[in-house]
Amino acid sequence: MAKGRVSIVVERCKACGFCVEFCPTHVLALSSAFNSKGYHPPHVVHPDKCSGCDLCGMYCPDFAIFATKVPSPAGGDK
Amino acid sequence: MSGLIPNGLINDVVNPVEPFLRSDRMPHIWCPGCGIGTTVNSFARALIESKIDLQSLALVSGIGCTGRVAGYVKLDSFHTTHGRAIPFATGLKLANPKLNVVVYSGDGDLSAIGGNHLIHAARRNIDLKVICVNNLIYAMTGGQTAPTTPDHSITSTNPYGVFEPSFNLPHLVEAAGAVYVARWTTFHVRQLARSISEAFQKKGFSFLEVISPCPTLYQRRNKLGDGLDTMKYYKEKSRVRHGAPTSEVGLTMTGEIIVGKFVDRDRPDYQTMMRTQYSESLGERFVEPQVETVCS
Amino acid sequence: MKADPRGVLTGVHFMDGDHACCEGALAAGARFAAGYPITPSTEIVERFAARVPTVGGTFIQMEDELAASITLQGAVWGGAKAFTVTSGPGFSLMMEHIGYAAMTETPCVFVDVQRGGPSTGLPTLPAQADMMQARWGSHGDYEIIALCPNSPQECFDLTIKAFNLAEEFRVPVMFMMDEVVGHMTEKVVIPPASQIEVVPRRHTRKPAHEYLPYETNGDMVPEMAHAGEGYQFHVTGLTHDQRGYPNMTPQIQDKLVRRLQNKIREAADRIAMCEEEQLAGAEVVVVSYGITSRVAQRAIEMARERGLRVGKLRLLTAWPFPEKKIRELAARVKAFVVPELNLGQMVREVERAAAGQAKTFAVSHAGGGVHNPEDILKAIVEASRCQA
Repeated sequence: MAKGRVSIVVERCKACGFCVEFCPTHVLALSSAFNSKGYHPPHVVHPDKCSGCDLCGMYCPDFAIFATKVPSPAGGDK
Repeated sequence: MSGLIPNGLINDVVNPVEPFLRSDRMPHIWCPGCGIGTTVNSFARALIESKIDLQSLALVSGIGCTGRVAGYVKLDSFHTTHGRAIPFATGLKLANPKLNVVVYSGDGDLSAIGGNHLIHAARRNIDLKVICVNNLIYAMTGGQTAPTTPDHSITSTNPYGVFEPSFNLPHLVEAAGAVYVARWTTFHVRQLARSISEAFQKKGFSFLEVISPCPTLYQRRNKLGDGLDTMKYYKEKSRVRHGAPTSEVGLTMTGEIIVGKFVDRDRPDYQTMMRTQYSESLGERFVEPQVETVCS
Repeated sequence: MKADPRGVLTGVHFMDGDHACCEGALAAGARFAAGYPITPSTEIVERFAARVPTVGGTFIQMEDELAASITLQGAVWGGAKAFTVTSGPGFSLMMEHIGYAAMTETPCVFVDVQRGGPSTGLPTLPAQADMMQARWGSHGDYEIIALCPNSPQECFDLTIKAFNLAEEFRVPVMFMMDEVVGHMTEKVVIPPASQIEVVPRRHTRKPAHEYLPYETNGDMVPEMAHAGEGYQFHVTGLTHDQRGYPNMTPQIQDKLVRRLQNKIREAADRIAMCEEEQLAGAEVVVVSYGITSRVAQRAIEMARERGLRVGKLRLLTAWPFPEKKIRELAARVKAFVVPELNLGQMVREVERAAAGQAKTFAVSHAGGGVHNPEDILKAIVEASRCQA
């Protein structure tokens, strides 16, 4: 069960590759899809490995990706 | 599709940086692989961590790619003239001492045309937090030589290679009097956020240099790869040396990048010294400058 | 609203124009000045530096005029009424920021105590050769207001007017003194604060979520907010729309730049101030301003003693230029005589407005002193003899 979840704002992405490179658990890869500007945005390839650290969000120069922690089932995140 | 996110929500979660952005202006104009946006993430983190009151925060920028930061942040922000963000910020701060004033500008803007103002504000120890995004070039205008461009670099105004020595900005501002001087690269996202937070705790002239890629101009013309290649270079060749003598932190095109907190000292800021001097000289006749109620 | 008594040095004084200008600024509510020393203006900020810490404001001597001219604008956006003072070479350095003030609609006052030029010229001697520069010195299309005092008393009174116009129209106002007016010592009466009208900042009353920094209604002047009040607005020198966001299209450019121009031009009748004397029935009208108007006064008297029908039009406002007045007069007088301490600047405006309906005689002077009344008289006599 993943501790974190990635959200991607596809239309803002310029495919710089920072998020893919610096994700510590290699959750992401550039997809073969295109956004309307012709860039390949990233997509999540290993969702279960996401820790929600949000390094992707901190690196992204385009504010196009971020990760949030998934609240744990019973008890929730404090 | 402008990238507008209703209420900043996507899948019911908000990007921590989104509340600080003018979402209606996204996507921004910076190139793929440019590091300026990355510095804004660190800046936003620092604001969150320092619990800075956003209402009393003002951001002033000059002209250039980094200068465009002012237009993308949801703060009282001023996009001023080339090189003059610091004196404008000085006026803001002196008129309303309660403001937290950040200057966010580029290496060319701050150290070339703005160089005089940089050294005087540091000398005076005006209470400003200056974030200098140093991409080693004049990017906005097409890649001309900046005072920070390393030796032998190819630029549009040195097509045969730069032969001028370049500024070592931490050394310059330390000598001029800055009380807090740190350098990171856009690879050091967390460290940069932490340094910005530290600067917010200090009164006086703080200078944070952030080395950042300009893949379209600087890196491309010098065959140094793209933004990601540059980030990998930062990761590989940066050396954290807190307290390093600033005379030793000069940059070259492909050499080591010394990063860290170089200067953290205390001396009274301009307004404190002003108040002290006036109180001593004028005694009871001294009237504290107030935020003027010039409105009806 | 009435002036803040803390800044008003009520009384009868014997002071020079520079000092009177400083008192005018304080009376108007100015609590911030940024300056750089330059003869013959320096005394204005020297006095301000001494006065303002006892009144509750700030003076900072900046490292150059480039800094001074923008620091004052930062102070305006921080909530203060602010100004700077300079002379020719400094005025030239300030041009970019005068344009920035016009573009961002920052209310402020730039005092130019004119001296001989060009370049370093005559630092301690008068001229009136920056008049066109006041109007056109920065790049692009924009409008400013320029006032010309001719006595220390007017250096007090008109400085207050300058600040009031700046606030009313959200425009940089040029206060065009000259070295003689600045350094001449005369009686200056400063009334009680309750008798001094000051125009407050046109601050918005809208809540933050409704406020657009460059939205305007009828009078083409937007409402202002200051940093630190929660409005979170953006100001830029780039061509911008109502939101203050850069919007660099020909359509927005047209809208913005025309409004910046029209907010002044359409109010020109209200703004323009002239002193008129014996215009009805005049054959010749002497148009003058600043120190030259005082010499011209003597020449006019001498001409009238000879039976010539000479009217006087003294410009207190040089810009916007009182075109309408000149056009009206041109229809019925023979000629205008325009003495100036320059080689022909405001005379061009007179000529342009007269549109050939009356002749124009310039009495130029390269600067460094004032005219002899006889030189102006000679021109008046020649003008009165010319064919209508």
